[in-house]
Amino acid sequence: MRLAQHMSVASDRVRSIAIEATEFPELSRAYRVSAVPKIVINDRVQFEGALPEPQFLAAVLQAVEESA
Amino acid sequence: MAFLNAQDEQAVRERFAEMGGPVKLVVFSQSLGGAADLCRENEQLVREVADLSDQLSVEVLNLAIDRERAEAYGVDQVPAIVVEGARDYGLRFYGVPSGYEFGNLIDAIIVASTGEPDLSDDTKASLSALAGDVDIKVFSTPG
Repeated sequence: MRLAQHMSVASDRVRSIAIEATEFPELSRAYRVSAVPKIVINDRVQFEGALPEPQFLAAVLQAVEESA
Repeated sequence: MAFLNAQDEQAVRERFAEMGGPVKLVVFSQSLGGAADLCRENEQLVREVADLSDQLSVEVLNLAIDRERAEAYGVDQVPAIVVEGARDYGLRFYGVPSGYEFGNLIDAIIVASTGEPDLSDDTKASLSALAGDVDIKVFSTPG
């Protein structure tokens, strides 16, 4: 979550939403959350667990490319 | 019952020494429906946190009534918190940020207050050149 938050502050194009999975079962089902933390970027790129900064950035860039 | 004990409060106060400017916590609640209890808990937690720094303010909005504000913030769930610094950086929380999320809330407040993300120069350069919008959802659980 920390990286997502700092990326939000670094760019006006990025927003981050921390979601308490147990309080939002419908959202969690919709995004097939089975393990946490689960990160979903632009509803396209997703992964579970923490990633180092370069890999997290690569996932963000991939999501932007796929959303274009 | 309070969320934060004296030890928590002291730890948060120490973190808030890093704050670099005012931050507004915009809380979205709903007084009716299944989420009403969680919304009350969320408001209480946010107020307890805001009491720990003169630089923090709280605004409570109703998702059903303050629809234009909710739309402007892109908030469509409750309980929700928008962490707003010198401008809206896009920092959102859905659900009561207790447990694991609590640390992230404090971190979000501090980075929103300074406007200075702790990222490498390479990452910042890549982000400043983004060609499209990015929405990052991070699902977690309490504890």
